[in-house]
Amino acid sequence: MRHGVARFVTGFLALPVALYLFYVVWPFAQAAGYSLTDWGGYSDRQNFVGLDNYVRLLSDELIRKAFWHNVFFLVTVPLFTIALALFLAFLLNVGGREDRAGIRGVFGSGFYKIIFFFPQVLSLVVIAVMWQQIYRSDNQGLINGLLIKVGLVDADNPIAFTADPEPFLGIPAVLWWLLLIAVWSGAGFYMVLFSAAMQSIPKDIYEAAILDGASRLHTFFRITLPLLRDTISVAWVYLGFIALDMYALVFVMTPSQGGPDHASEIFASVLNFTAFQKGQFGYACAMGVALAIFTILLAAAQLRITRRERIEF
Amino acid sequence: MSTTTHPRTDQAPPPARRDAAGAARPRGAGLGGRVFNGFSHLFLLVWAVMVIYPLVWVVMSALKSDSEVIRKPLSLIPDTLRFENFGRAWGEGHLGAFFLNTVLVLAGSVTLTMLLGSMAAYVLARYDFPGNRAIYYMFLTGLTLPIYLAAVPLFKGVYNMGVVFPLLGPNKHLMLIVVYVAWSLSFTIFFMHSFFRTLPHSIAEAALVDGASHSRMFFSVMLPMAKPGLISIGIFNVLGQWNQWYLPTLLMQSVAGEPKHQVISQGLIELSVNQGYKSDWSGLFAGVTMAMLPVLIVYIVFQRQVQSGLTAGVGK
Repeated sequence: MRHGVARFVTGFLALPVALYLFYVVWPFAQAAGYSLTDWGGYSDRQNFVGLDNYVRLLSDELIRKAFWHNVFFLVTVPLFTIALALFLAFLLNVGGREDRAGIRGVFGSGFYKIIFFFPQVLSLVVIAVMWQQIYRSDNQGLINGLLIKVGLVDADNPIAFTADPEPFLGIPAVLWWLLLIAVWSGAGFYMVLFSAAMQSIPKDIYEAAILDGASRLHTFFRITLPLLRDTISVAWVYLGFIALDMYALVFVMTPSQGGPDHASEIFASVLNFTAFQKGQFGYACAMGVALAIFTILLAAAQLRITRRERIEF
Repeated sequence: MSTTTHPRTDQAPPPARRDAAGAARPRGAGLGGRVFNGFSHLFLLVWAVMVIYPLVWVVMSALKSDSEVIRKPLSLIPDTLRFENFGRAWGEGHLGAFFLNTVLVLAGSVTLTMLLGSMAAYVLARYDFPGNRAIYYMFLTGLTLPIYLAAVPLFKGVYNMGVVFPLLGPNKHLMLIVVYVAWSLSFTIFFMHSFFRTLPHSIAEAALVDGASHSRMFFSVMLPMAKPGLISIGIFNVLGQWNQWYLPTLLMQSVAGEPKHQVISQGLIELSVNQGYKSDWSGLFAGVTMAMLPVLIVYIVFQRQVQSGLTAGVGK
């Protein structure tokens, strides 16, 4: 019997583990090794340079810039997406009537939920190519075209969107425009998530609160929000991962993939540029390892901060 | 409110208060509620338009002629419907080939991901053996590592593999299938692991007593019980792999001068980058429309499953 179990376990695990080791673990391990060399990526010549690449990272101006841009997304993407999603979910559910079947949601909430979820099923590439057209810096673009028509924007001086490095609130404008896309595409999904969580809150809690004279806003801030805490913190972690991976948008939408004038560089774009354009593969690997360590620390921190005893109902 | 007799009023006040405080309060709440509801609708409608308008604009622009795209970029109603844009994107834009490649790859990769992922997750969740935790955490770590870090070694690995097994080399469908499976295992295992944990032990024991082998129990007892989880993670994987663009861009490169077997996301990027030279705007819009509509239609038909599937993926 014991023997049978061992054979069964090995049989089931062998193929997945082998695939994973060869295509995921081994490349990562190699990259970590390369980060200690000055390998260019194309020749076979490589010298061991110890931690030199990592020392260089600390004083690299471009990396510092990219790091702060990453931090910007890390803060703003979850913040704005969750705020908007919560607001929409609140309007959808608490704004509606309640009856025997519990909270019903406003009239047409099913319709809204279907629509809001659209961006989630579109690929990031489709979204990026689509927004590229929306953001065009002439009257052919959707936004510029509309604004020029109503006279809010001068036709000779249209909004440059992702080609605009001028700072707004101290942050290059291009990053705000990318943020808008990220929020646009994410809000609907988290709205549905929060909406489901809101509907699972038993309605006798609300009944008791309303009996005590609580207003709609009160019930939202004192009951709904605290009870959604778990869901919100999970959403925060996931959005954090998305924020670290804005590369598809930067890749498709910004001039010279990180421009203009490095105003939209993020870790991933600097890494790819260093590896494939500058041919400094060892150094690029050091960036990747630093990013990986940063991500793991962040994930661990988020899980630790947001962990709390669950309220079962 | 389970006792309300006015299901149409918003948040009907509790009966006790209605009796005691008279009509003043309900009317006030009703008015406030109506203003509030109006505001809700207004805002919801604005957001709905913000989501839908760009999509409709893209679809409609795909039906315009090139000159019309430039002359009247904003109009939502084309002068004449030019379906030949789609033909052009499908043929000259190679979208037809992209579709075929994507479908071929996904058919293999999603099936294999589900099979191998749930097999591994099941064993890791329900059997105790030395190294169990280590393997589980090895898979989990994959969730946090940036894919870009592995890019060049991965390409080298695939290239070397192709020297020995040509079908697993760069620009081969089978290679992309295997790579997709490997990179999808982390989340699939993470998700199915927690799912298999929650399945009751009693049924498994009963099956064992009845003389079922371990693998038979997995395939005829456990997998059917895990169906809701499988649907969720299946939808997640289909969308995730359909949307994958970095791995194909990296690995589906032509090596010996043969044409690239591009998948849809990869092809679209190239189509949009090339616009600068050919400026076939309506063709580009047609391409985006074709990449977008099938997924949207499938979503609208199965919207309940897709929504619960994807949110369950996060909720776990």
